[in-house]
Amino acid sequence: MNPDRTSPDAWVDMLSAVFMIVGAIMSLGAAIGLLRFPDLLSRMHAATKPQVLGLFLLLASIGLQMRTWWVWPVLLVAWIFQLLTVPVSAHMVGRAGYRTKHLHRELLTSDELEAVVQKAAARAAREDGSDGGRGD
Amino acid sequence: MMNIVLVVTAVIFSLAAAGAIVRISRGPSLLDRVLATDVLLAILGGALCVDMAVNRHLNNLMLVVAISIIGFIGSVTVARFVADRREQPNES
Repeated sequence: MNPDRTSPDAWVDMLSAVFMIVGAIMSLGAAIGLLRFPDLLSRMHAATKPQVLGLFLLLASIGLQMRTWWVWPVLLVAWIFQLLTVPVSAHMVGRAGYRTKHLHRELLTSDELEAVVQKAAARAAREDGSDGGRGD
Repeated sequence: MMNIVLVVTAVIFSLAAAGAIVRISRGPSLLDRVLATDVLLAILGGALCVDMAVNRHLNNLMLVVAISIIGFIGSVTVARFVADRREQPNES
């Protein structure tokens, strides 16, 4: 590290070091949450930490360390694609977890999907499987 | 200072990857394993980012971008075809 602790270079180094350590701690928090949370939905809550905020902090530390401007658009592309794709997989996993009942229902504070599911089930029962409804 | 940061983040990432692998091996359902695999992929991408930032190179940048673009396909595919085959529905 620079002996001159007040130079901007040292401050940028310090900031990127803090970003890296906090981004790594996000991963550790996700792992602890995976190990300690009771069911799939709460584990999904923990699993998103390194995927969004952790990746943002680590990409920002790359940008700060490289000290060039042209890497920032590439890092932004990586982060934006992560923001676009993570909700897709979280939606699919949560949907499959709800349908296969991988949840502790007593831990939920509200379940807005249940009314929709019951309405769909009632409609399917009314139509009485005339067209061979999928029944999921 | 960067060497200290590298050591600290290496230890933290190792512990995090160990936790994710424990959840992969122990997870009661397939969806837990898929979720833990996603977390392991995120940890891998984070470790690549730290390596690039500390050593000031950009060799793995396209790999990180590719992981962020196509990393979700595996979990989406598995979650699409998962089925419930348990007798006890609340054992997660």
